[in-house]
Amino acid sequence: MALNRMFRTCPTTGLQFHEPSEPLIRANAVAGVVSLLVGGVLALLVLLTRWPAVHLLPADQFYLALTAHGLDMLVFWIIFFEIAILYFCSSTLLRCRLATPRMAWAGFWLMVIGALMNNFAVFKGDSSVMFTSYAPMGAHPTFYLGLILFAVGALIGCFVFLGTLVVGKAEGTYNGSIPLVTFGALTAAIIAVFTIASGAVILIPTFLWSIGLIGNIDSLMYRTVWWAFGHSSQQVNVAAHVSVWYAVAAIVFGAKPLSEKVSRTAFFLYILFLQLASAHHLLTDPGVSSNWKIFNTSYAMYLAVLASLVHGFTVPGAIEVAQRGKGYTKGLFEWLRKAPWGNPVFSGMFMSLLGFGFLGGISGVVLGTEQLNLIMHNTFYVPGHFHATVVVGTTLAFMAITYFLIPVLFRREVMFPKLAQWQPYLFGIGMSAFALFMMGAGTLGVPRRHWDMTMAGNLMPHEWPGTAYLMVGLMAISGLVAIVGGVAYLLITVGSVFFGKRIETPGYRHVRVAEGRAAPAPAQPVAAAITGHGETGIAMAPGTFVLAMVLLVSFILYYFVNWRYLSQVWPLS
Amino acid sequence: MSAIQPPSARVWWKQPLDRIELIWILLALAWCLVMFFMMPYWHVFGKQNLANEAYRTTPEAYMKKANDVVEKYTVRKETDRQIPVIHPPAGSDVYLVARLWEWWPLLELEAGKSYRLHLMSMDWLHGFSLQPENINIQVHPGYDHVLTITPTRPGTYSIICNEYCGVNHHTMSSRLYVK
Repeated sequence: MALNRMFRTCPTTGLQFHEPSEPLIRANAVAGVVSLLVGGVLALLVLLTRWPAVHLLPADQFYLALTAHGLDMLVFWIIFFEIAILYFCSSTLLRCRLATPRMAWAGFWLMVIGALMNNFAVFKGDSSVMFTSYAPMGAHPTFYLGLILFAVGALIGCFVFLGTLVVGKAEGTYNGSIPLVTFGALTAAIIAVFTIASGAVILIPTFLWSIGLIGNIDSLMYRTVWWAFGHSSQQVNVAAHVSVWYAVAAIVFGAKPLSEKVSRTAFFLYILFLQLASAHHLLTDPGVSSNWKIFNTSYAMYLAVLASLVHGFTVPGAIEVAQRGKGYTKGLFEWLRKAPWGNPVFSGMFMSLLGFGFLGGISGVVLGTEQLNLIMHNTFYVPGHFHATVVVGTTLAFMAITYFLIPVLFRREVMFPKLAQWQPYLFGIGMSAFALFMMGAGTLGVPRRHWDMTMAGNLMPHEWPGTAYLMVGLMAISGLVAIVGGVAYLLITVGSVFFGKRIETPGYRHVRVAEGRAAPAPAQPVAAAITGHGETGIAMAPGTFVLAMVLLVSFILYYFVNWRYLSQVWPLS
Repeated sequence: MSAIQPPSARVWWKQPLDRIELIWILLALAWCLVMFFMMPYWHVFGKQNLANEAYRTTPEAYMKKANDVVEKYTVRKETDRQIPVIHPPAGSDVYLVARLWEWWPLLELEAGKSYRLHLMSMDWLHGFSLQPENINIQVHPGYDHVLTITPTRPGTYSIICNEYCGVNHHTMSSRLYVK
């Protein structure tokens, strides 16, 4: 069969879309947004139940809704969108045909079937086992089977991505190395392959157990291997949203990475160390030694944290250098003040960066410290942390890039542009406050995944202090603000994609790129290799350096405050 | 060239590091090492650590030990369900049973004394959460987890379950007395 080598050049951005890859990117993004819609409705139900003032759902429906919320958001929304990003970062950025589009469609449909099957199992009511489905609590076999099918589909997507890199290299569609953003996507894909392999190792036996072919699943073994899947999949998100940050810096500002070497090494550290984080969940478990816990929970001496600290510096640093180059050189922060805060692509990305660093990152390290985990494990602190990483970090970054993709990929104008300007603020600030108050309640001991903190009707209820109720109330109100932001996102995206004004390009025609080869970019002289930016030293990005120091100082203070809390609880050995 | 295009220099890995990046990387690395060594440091000098002492066992064997302790040290019974309250001697082995959806028995300990507290689940995963002290430990079926605890302040504490364990998870709460 002849290969389809037709490309469309985007008249606004000059990006080249391989014809068969376009509907694939769209379909995956749309499936992601549909999952976000379902997960968002469930989020509202969960929120209104956990808020003691409302306490909406009965217990069984609450646990059902919480299970489905976790799966639809953490798995289906994010991974569908990530597959879209993988195809975009390979085919579009390398100006290269997508490898095996038919396989990519097969993968997509497997993911759709898996997601539907899993949701069916949960909504049927006999699989309210939470996102983690810890054995020996069992779910209906279709729960596991749905996840397995979805994972196989996602794995196919990863291999299509890797295959496209091979095609690009073989057909010479680009010069030299792949772009940094593609490199970040490659990091995400490599971690995803590890993640899915771990998922197979645990979910296949659990599926066989659920249909009676295996007699017993050890609970500790399950948690150890399941988290190699569960936590690593969040590391895929980190690699993906950091790539999105770099992409937005490049798209909005034309920012050049401060140093390719540093940023790529940081991504490489992710590949080497991020997967050790399964241990974060086992810090208070019996049966694993402290040596194992310390080495793994710290990603071998925090080398993956180092990588995130580097990205957290180089992304705003690159923006600062680009802005200073445009003449915004006054003082430390003119470059930031004069940034396009009304452009949701930028504002969303920058809040994602700040929220991920200050809230998600710091809380994650504190939570993942062996002994500190004792005063936080399974409290509200845990979902507080991961709403800061996965929602403020990943989801907000994906929302930001959506505003770029609607005109470029869907060829529609963004509807409700005023609302779109406000949307990242509503969602970002609401969600950050939500996460913060949730962590506050967790610090007071309020448990996660709990239907009724008042414990009304319990034989021996625990009475929470008034501050705990205050924290949960504030959390609920902030959560409602975030939900308004989420509704705005869905309204804008769905509205624009289906009913937005079409962007017509006069004289538009498909371009057949001979032999699939895009015109290569002109080669750079080797001498260019040793020139960095004009300036060196702190003068180059002083504002970013100050911001980074603020982060570091908050980090250090907060870290030791928690050790102080720990030192006051009962001695344990 | 921006981050969505190939690097302009083919040999980008030879481009020298900007000094500002180097300073930040060294600061960040130093902080990472401090955080890493803080954990072993606390094992030596801190008082709140898990010894990771655990044994594989069966619900029957564990239940038998728990029953023996309850028989020996029960001082009274509480609530409509007549749950025994045990007051074990300092330094002894105390067995707390986690099961759907209760903690059994109730414990009465003395401040300033140490006890070997055993935790195990009879069925699914549970979470031992001592409030308002806020000490949280995962409880597995089949693993007898031993903690040496030393209550510091007298009072009535709560033990709640903070690992989701089914539809009545939120009813799984109990008390712990410190005299």
